[in-house]
Amino acid sequence: MMLLLRNVSKMQRIFEHARKSNRKNKNAILSISDISKSFGGVKAVNKCSFEVKENTITSLIGPNGAGKTTVFNIISGLAKPDAGAIRLEKKNIAGMPSYRIAQSGISRTFQLTKVFRNLSVRDNMLIAKKTNDEEIKKVLKGVYFEKSLDTIASELSYGQQRLLEIARALLMPHKLLMLDEPTAGVNPRIRQELRAILKNLRKEGKTILLIEHDMEFVMDISDRVIVLNEGRVLREGRPKDIVKDKRVLEAYLGK
Amino acid sequence: MYEYLIAVFAYIFIYIILVVSLNLAFGFTGLVNLGHMAFFGVGAYASALLTLHGIPWYIALPASGLIAGSFGAVIAAITVRLKGDYFQIVALGLAFIAIAVSRNWISLTRGALGLPGIPDIIKNNFYYMLFLFAVALLSVVFLYWLTNSETGKIFQAIRDDETAAAVLGKNTYLYKVLSITISTFFAGIAGSLFAHYISFIDPTIFDLEFFVIILAMLIVGGLASISGSILGVTVISLLLSAISFVFTNISPELIGAMRQMLLMLILLLILIYRPRGMFGKVDV
Repeated sequence: MMLLLRNVSKMQRIFEHARKSNRKNKNAILSISDISKSFGGVKAVNKCSFEVKENTITSLIGPNGAGKTTVFNIISGLAKPDAGAIRLEKKNIAGMPSYRIAQSGISRTFQLTKVFRNLSVRDNMLIAKKTNDEEIKKVLKGVYFEKSLDTIASELSYGQQRLLEIARALLMPHKLLMLDEPTAGVNPRIRQELRAILKNLRKEGKTILLIEHDMEFVMDISDRVIVLNEGRVLREGRPKDIVKDKRVLEAYLGK
Repeated sequence: MYEYLIAVFAYIFIYIILVVSLNLAFGFTGLVNLGHMAFFGVGAYASALLTLHGIPWYIALPASGLIAGSFGAVIAAITVRLKGDYFQIVALGLAFIAIAVSRNWISLTRGALGLPGIPDIIKNNFYYMLFLFAVALLSVVFLYWLTNSETGKIFQAIRDDETAAAVLGKNTYLYKVLSITISTFFAGIAGSLFAHYISFIDPTIFDLEFFVIILAMLIVGGLASISGSILGVTVISLLLSAISFVFTNISPELIGAMRQMLLMLILLLILIYRPRGMFGKVDV
């Protein structure tokens, strides 16, 4: 009898363990292991590894030249890694062409906004997904974009172009959204709007990988923060642990 | 006079096909294909050789489009990965290769002697002009539909920002090859219609002078505008023909030089005062 009970509890432990590890695996939408990339002699990214979990906002921070945008470009297929693996759920996407990575479910924006200048707002959105005006308007409204669908993109202000680009990235079917410095170079009003947009996306449970320089904002919105320095992960953790970390402060402010 | 006007309009309709198809690659997709005339020449030679070997025109005409388009597809597949200026240089190189082949593959093309006696499609010039009008109309309607379709919008997105199109899941390489293939197909059709109209072709068909006129028509009309291309062709063709009427007692060589001067003057004025051309939607 005792033997049987012991076996049952052992079984329970095994199940519990399996359930936990299963949840852990299920949670990671994107996992990057040991990716490296050199440009000439410069190691822009050096054995970088981290994970992005489902329904979280993960922020990549680090000083200029830390390799943040290069990591983004590698994930989205615009740069090929010299080594390492990138898994989107279970699929290895490292080295795949960018359009296939996009089709697999990674949507992104750029530090310098890339809209289709000579196309209307509607056509910009339609490139992301074939859909009707109703859905397009709904997504645009969600990012506080207020111009008409027939406006040519080049006639929009830079801030409005940024909103359009984010709306376009949101419209494309995706599992992971990557935003490269969404609040850089826009006026204070749009900056406020962008913060509100990100907070809303967080409420909706979107999975987001974010590059951002505004520390206060990053600490406020992120579930996890990854600090990159010289192409490596210097520190990774919850925002409140990161702000206290000496090494992080040193990387940013110097010794 | 009557015959002359028919000739002017016959050329206008051939040029419309040529310029609108160049606009598809250049204006709508951002691929500055400086070798466009090579495909016009390939179409002309293909149609001439096929009909001279007894194949009826109604097979030779679409076949010459398909042959030019196939060449276009193969060459695009190799070259469209090149960025901007490099693509243009390679495309221009193509034109020179086409000249060299047409001059030196004597057993096929008779070299500089050219190919005379290309059979007419329609004997009567007026009716042939109407036929050209119909083909030009069909081509324009198709290309208008294409540029407004989902595929056409993707072409334009690639022109504006290829990286952005790629991260939105578009296989930009395939779309660029497709654009060049369709564009060169119509260049081949225009070449075939031209060969059957003048009934004699030789390697001068690939001359850059000719391409400069086509390019001027495109730029004056405006990039990424089909109505602009039609207007550009019509205005420039009529102005260039008018010279022969205004200066009736000048030697033909001078007329040629004056045409080129007039063309450059128009181009200069347009580029200064209307950089987007008459109806252009994007910057040159």
